[in-house]
Amino acid sequence: MEMEGASSSGSGGAAQPTLLPSRRSKVFYRFTQQNLPACKPALTPTLVITIFLLAGITFVPVGIICLRASESVEEHVLRYDTECIPEDYRSNRVAYIKDDSISKKCTLNIKLRNQMKAPIYVYYELDNYYQNHRRYVKSRSDKQLLYGLQYKDISSCKPVESSNRLPVVPCGLIAWSLFNDTFTFDVKARKLNVNRKNISWKSDRDHKFGNDVYPFNFQNDTLIGGGKLNQSIPLSEQEDLIVWMRVAALPNFRKLYGVIEEDLDADELLTIHLSNNYNTYSFGGKKKLVLTTSNWLGGKNNFLGLSYIATGCCSILVAIIFALIHVKFPRPHRDASYLHWNRKSSATSR
Amino acid sequence: MLNSSGAQSKRSRLETHMNRETIILAVALFVECTIVTVLAGAWLGRHRDQLDDLTYYRKTDFSDREVGKYDYYGIGWEVVFTFFMSVILFQVMIPIALYISMELVRLGQAFFMIQDESLLDKERGNRFQCRALNINEDLGQIKYVFSDKTGTLTENKMEFRCASVVGVNYSGGAAATDAGEEGVSVVVDEQIWRPKMTVKTDPELLKLLRTGEGTEEGDKAREFFLALATCNTIVPILSETEDPTVRLIDYQGESPDEQALLYAAAAYGFMLIERTSGHIVIDVFGQKQRFDILGLHEFDSDRKRMSVIAGFPDKTVKVFVKGADSSMFGVVDKMLNVDIVQSTKSHLHTFSTLGLRTLVIGMREMSNVEFEEWHSSYEKANTALFGRGSLLKAVAMNIENNISILGASGIEDKLQQGVPEAIESLRKAGIKVWVLTGDKQETAISIGFSSNLLTGEMTQIIINNHSKESCKKSLADALAITKLVAGNPAGADAVKSPLALIIDGTSLVYILETELEEELFEVATSCSVVLCCRVAPLQKAGIVVLIKSRTDDMTLAIGDGANDVSMIQKANVGIGISGREGRQAVMASDFAIGEFRFLVPLLLVHGHWNYQRMAYMILYNFYRNSILVFVLFWYVLYTAFSLTTAISEWSSVLYSVIYTALPTIVVGILDKDLNRKTLLKYPQLYGSGQREERYNLKLFILTMMDSVWQSLAIFFIPYLAYRHSTVDGSSIGDLWTLAVVIMVNLHLGMDIFRWNWITHTSIWGCIVATVICIIIIDALPILPGFWAIFHVMGTWVFWFCLLAILIAGMIPRFVTKAFTEFFIPSDIQIARELEKFGNINEPLVSQVATRTLSIHQQQNRP
Repeated sequence: MEMEGASSSGSGGAAQPTLLPSRRSKVFYRFTQQNLPACKPALTPTLVITIFLLAGITFVPVGIICLRASESVEEHVLRYDTECIPEDYRSNRVAYIKDDSISKKCTLNIKLRNQMKAPIYVYYELDNYYQNHRRYVKSRSDKQLLYGLQYKDISSCKPVESSNRLPVVPCGLIAWSLFNDTFTFDVKARKLNVNRKNISWKSDRDHKFGNDVYPFNFQNDTLIGGGKLNQSIPLSEQEDLIVWMRVAALPNFRKLYGVIEEDLDADELLTIHLSNNYNTYSFGGKKKLVLTTSNWLGGKNNFLGLSYIATGCCSILVAIIFALIHVKFPRPHRDASYLHWNRKSSATSR
Repeated sequence: MLNSSGAQSKRSRLETHMNRETIILAVALFVECTIVTVLAGAWLGRHRDQLDDLTYYRKTDFSDREVGKYDYYGIGWEVVFTFFMSVILFQVMIPIALYISMELVRLGQAFFMIQDESLLDKERGNRFQCRALNINEDLGQIKYVFSDKTGTLTENKMEFRCASVVGVNYSGGAAATDAGEEGVSVVVDEQIWRPKMTVKTDPELLKLLRTGEGTEEGDKAREFFLALATCNTIVPILSETEDPTVRLIDYQGESPDEQALLYAAAAYGFMLIERTSGHIVIDVFGQKQRFDILGLHEFDSDRKRMSVIAGFPDKTVKVFVKGADSSMFGVVDKMLNVDIVQSTKSHLHTFSTLGLRTLVIGMREMSNVEFEEWHSSYEKANTALFGRGSLLKAVAMNIENNISILGASGIEDKLQQGVPEAIESLRKAGIKVWVLTGDKQETAISIGFSSNLLTGEMTQIIINNHSKESCKKSLADALAITKLVAGNPAGADAVKSPLALIIDGTSLVYILETELEEELFEVATSCSVVLCCRVAPLQKAGIVVLIKSRTDDMTLAIGDGANDVSMIQKANVGIGISGREGRQAVMASDFAIGEFRFLVPLLLVHGHWNYQRMAYMILYNFYRNSILVFVLFWYVLYTAFSLTTAISEWSSVLYSVIYTALPTIVVGILDKDLNRKTLLKYPQLYGSGQREERYNLKLFILTMMDSVWQSLAIFFIPYLAYRHSTVDGSSIGDLWTLAVVIMVNLHLGMDIFRWNWITHTSIWGCIVATVICIIIIDALPILPGFWAIFHVMGTWVFWFCLLAILIAGMIPRFVTKAFTEFFIPSDIQIARELEKFGNINEPLVSQVATRTLSIHQQQNRP
């Protein structure tokens, strides 16, 4: 990187103007003559090789660190939507889930492989559930969530904006389809305490969901989409709703259910009591329960580490190839005889 | 008016190509929309039975009493809606903003061209004028320059140099002296009147005029200068000087030749001091004589001469005729003075080989009968209601015959400063310079030599015919010669002398717009120099069209007079010289410069820069818009093809307005791949524009592939990293927005040649502005994405993703760039290295080379 400027100020071919009165007009003059001091980056072979080597040398260790971090996360994923169907209904799952008279209670066990350190996060994971579908994403009213019934223009909530001629709070498809499976955990016949507070974003609780807005006329229709809400709790404290209303970006997503704030030992048998209420059977969606520890990088995901290692290796490879070619077929740098018209004339004169 | 041809709107070559690529993009847009539509239709078809149960779709609306459909009109209509919605979503693919940015960039480029000192005519204070705002970049792709001669290559400042009077050549240039310090002057009303310009006089001729009254030679010489003083349309204007007793006579008129002749006549003692409608007063060696101007036949391009019928003080009537030699020798009195005609012809030849403009002056006495006859027909013609012009012409033709030759004048048309060097530079830059002039052949050739256009080693092909058949034959011969030269093996250092074609207007009449055009084109393009002499204005345009219609090469026409207007309008780029011959050429032109030599910095420096900048800018804008569309497209594939966007609507709108708009404009105006000095030192670098190296289909495809790769990196790295996570649409959308914006700005930064503080400010400023905008958008509680950016920025994954995207996305481009710069470097790349680090071997070699070259040039001049 070399500064051009002082040397090139007179390079314009034009004669310097008569004595310039001030520095400012001199700067303006250089601007108009397109002679502002500028830095001309140039890719020398050394620079290129250094860049690639540096990229490689930083990326590979970072990748390894990411991979190690991801490996250290202890994660259990349990798909329960198939497990929790009684034998008789295996062939007709939709009938099972739609029939309110059948008990939806279900018990499953997980044997922990390794010790899990608190906090252990409990997620439910939905697969093939397009929470990012255009119809779905739009069907909400953020103003109603904040101001409640006094906000009347809720046409954006269609098709769930009113029921029995009365407005619905919270309105819209998203709220209507609130996830309503519940989970409790036993270990050694002792009930584990799952903290269900502070699972949503604080910013949402404080500023997005009104603390004097109460559910009204919710799930009062013939078609029930999902969970119901306690009418005496303001929306700002309905954390399941708040979590659910943070619409997932991708069709496979997790949502935080709660946090277990105690360590679990290796080989321990975890008993899960769940009520399998939410209907994903009619469209072939999967439901999973996830127990995972967390670290600075978040949950278990090998991809970042692998991608860093791959990128780093590529960079080193490029650097090596580049260096080899440079040694094998060097091109004289800054050589005027390499300009094509010079090459041509030297070829003919030979 | 007959020689004018309608102006046409011009569009730059790059823009034409750009429109072609825009169509490709439109097709790509259509394909994308079709893919999404088909997939959406398939998805709906597959889930047809579940649409009611799908909690995220729910087509039934129960809120009213009757069960209705919510926003659902059957799969067919849904598919149609999807298609149109996808068109709306992806329409950014067609870079509408590019057209606006291009205009802004051109405005900026024009500003810098106007401000440039090296295009400033300091003498006359004429700045460069940019009269067309949409073809700046064409200046960098010129292949042919069609130049007028008079006023363009030459100064159009005529100077009387020598005269041939009655067969004697008075061109004592070396012995010439100024007529004293004061020059000649006359005393009128106790005031001294003096011509504004002094002319060097030949002492012998002066002596003959002063003393030779009575001798035949002396009388003829006097008549010669009387003819010069009378046969013109000049009006003498008196202007005051500081000294109240001295007045200056300024000869004003249409023709600079006539002015030069009058100043010469004044210097030899025949000073025109007054002109009224009916008479003129000439001071002949201090003695005022009054001549009645009985009639005047103006100059026209068919007769190529003018005549004046003057009544002398002694009541005799004489006709003075002045005109081009070709027309004058046709009306000469054949019976008389054969020797004089012959010697005058040889003198004319000498004059024109010196590069002088020649005029022949003749005279005839009129008898009373003749005069009466002429007078009545002249009056009749003059008062005729219809066909007055042709009647007058007939009268003139009738009177202008049996002329006795008085002599000939040689007027020097001085070459403009720096013309030979400029032509040399243009030639090196691979630009073919054609000179189209109204002058005669010898004059044209001599100017060709003095302006370095023709050199001694060139083989001249001269086509100078008066019938179609002979034209055909000469063209066939010329073709044979070009084939012979081209057939020479290039490797052998045989006589591969360059060819020069010299063709005159008469031949062109038989060639242009006939089947011979094709052959002329072949001959002309294989010649390195083409000189067209004696051409009419429309023929100039015809020659431009000859090239323009047969090749894709860009043409530039440069001229200063009204006769160049049609050529200027026809060429791809028309340049007017704001000189002495009126403003018509400037008014018709796209750019106006003060002198011919400014063409070199204009083309080689500004043209190169403009082309390079604009070409890069178009490619970059295509890339910039398509990368966003591709990111949106990949996401749509994961939303059940329902056209949801994770990038917030506000961000999509602001993307081309704020996030990425400014840097490309700044770079389009300010970036320089090479500095001025290098570009002028190696004119060959201009070739990159002629060969369309900076913008072509291959580059377009590569850019698009790069944009697909980068969009894949931008989309899929977060997608894979955030799969099975709690991430919400707004957070990942913010990540994508930031990644796209930083990526396109860094991409631009990677290609910038020169970083000055303005570039720095715009690029980093845009990234900062993007962050601020995203923060503002995410600070509105009524939007779904409230506070998302703060949450996502608080995680390591976000930063790791961002870094991985940028590096992985940039690697292919950076590798390609580094490899091409090293192993298959372009001339520009090498020149850039030279500019930055200096030449590795013999840093002085180029200077020596140019010095020997200039010596060489001087030797070549006649």
